[in-house]
Amino acid sequence: MNELRYVYAVTRPFDGVLPEGVRGLGGEPPRLLDHGDLVAVVGAVPAEDFAEAPLKKRLEDLDWLTATARAHEAVIGAMTTVTCTVPLRLATVCVDDSGVRRLLDAGRDRFTTTLERLEGRVEWGVKVYADPQPDPATPGPAGSDGPSAAPRERPAAPASGRDYLRRRLSSRQAREGVWERAEALSRTLHAELSQRAQAAALHRPQDSRLSEARGQNVLNAAYLVPRESSQEFVAEVGRLTPRDQGVRVELTGPWAPYSFAGQAGQAGPDEAGTGR
Amino acid sequence: MTTPNRLPDPYGSQGGGANLADILERVLDKGVVIAGDIKINLLDIELLTIKLRLIVASVDKAKEMGIDWWEDDPSLSSGARRRELAEENERLQRRIADLEAAPAQVERKDDEA
Repeated sequence: MNELRYVYAVTRPFDGVLPEGVRGLGGEPPRLLDHGDLVAVVGAVPAEDFAEAPLKKRLEDLDWLTATARAHEAVIGAMTTVTCTVPLRLATVCVDDSGVRRLLDAGRDRFTTTLERLEGRVEWGVKVYADPQPDPATPGPAGSDGPSAAPRERPAAPASGRDYLRRRLSSRQAREGVWERAEALSRTLHAELSQRAQAAALHRPQDSRLSEARGQNVLNAAYLVPRESSQEFVAEVGRLTPRDQGVRVELTGPWAPYSFAGQAGQAGPDEAGTGR
Repeated sequence: MTTPNRLPDPYGSQGGGANLADILERVLDKGVVIAGDIKINLLDIELLTIKLRLIVASVDKAKEMGIDWWEDDPSLSSGARRRELAEENERLQRRIADLEAAPAQVERKDDEA
């Protein structure tokens, strides 16, 4: 069967071996292709999926896209544990090994500069969610219509119009409080963490239809952090995380430095004014 | 050169359970773009354009946004609050209109004609 070469990432030659048990697309372990002072992390993929026309169709299929994206990230994530890895964008495909060598030649300057810039660094993701409780008038566990622990007042029917309006008001104020706290926390977190990171990038807040996360995503940031300061960075995120029912902080990583690997403007020190 | 042992354990359940949005915004929108032999422009993909571009970070948008991004995006925090207030306002006005409509039916005779 006709096979193509899928290129996951580019690294420098490194001592050591690929992490064990890594599986890329099609369940196949990736392979290293040395070319001069660069190494491409590649895998064989079937032309019936990855040639131009089928690939276009396949990418329209969310299930296929999801599986492909996860396999792509699995390989790059595993590579990141052993060496500095520059991730390529999803679906970078060559016809054969010499095509991969041409790709490395064409991008040599960019890859070299990027590898120098990112050497020894990883990416951490920090998100803040505002998650107003469904019935803030009765504080307590989330289950709003479970066995009520507060028998003094059943929230079902307001006794009067004034009562109704009072309840609406207090519930709105509680929700506003959550939004305000989430915004304030986002500003503080981003300011503090930018100080500790070598670069920062703000991403568009995620839509819960895709992330399936509770609440509304308010901050979605990525930070470029030296490997050796990662423990401190993680501890700092923990220190800055308040105990707050309605506001949630989520830390992800370590990722390969995706958010900082792209072209100038996407990640440089001038992005978000946080270079340090 | 590399010090993998000093990396903390993964947070946020990388791998199997990682948030799909986290993965897609990175592998589709970030990373180095370089042409392989198979020419594919992810922007031409309808699903990605229509469905995901709304959700996944856009570089231009992110640059415009800066730290005060939420103040400009109507779908976000303060905007969401305004929208909530507007909806509630509308609901209450409808309610008032309904209440007023009942007696008005009795009284109103020749408003229009």
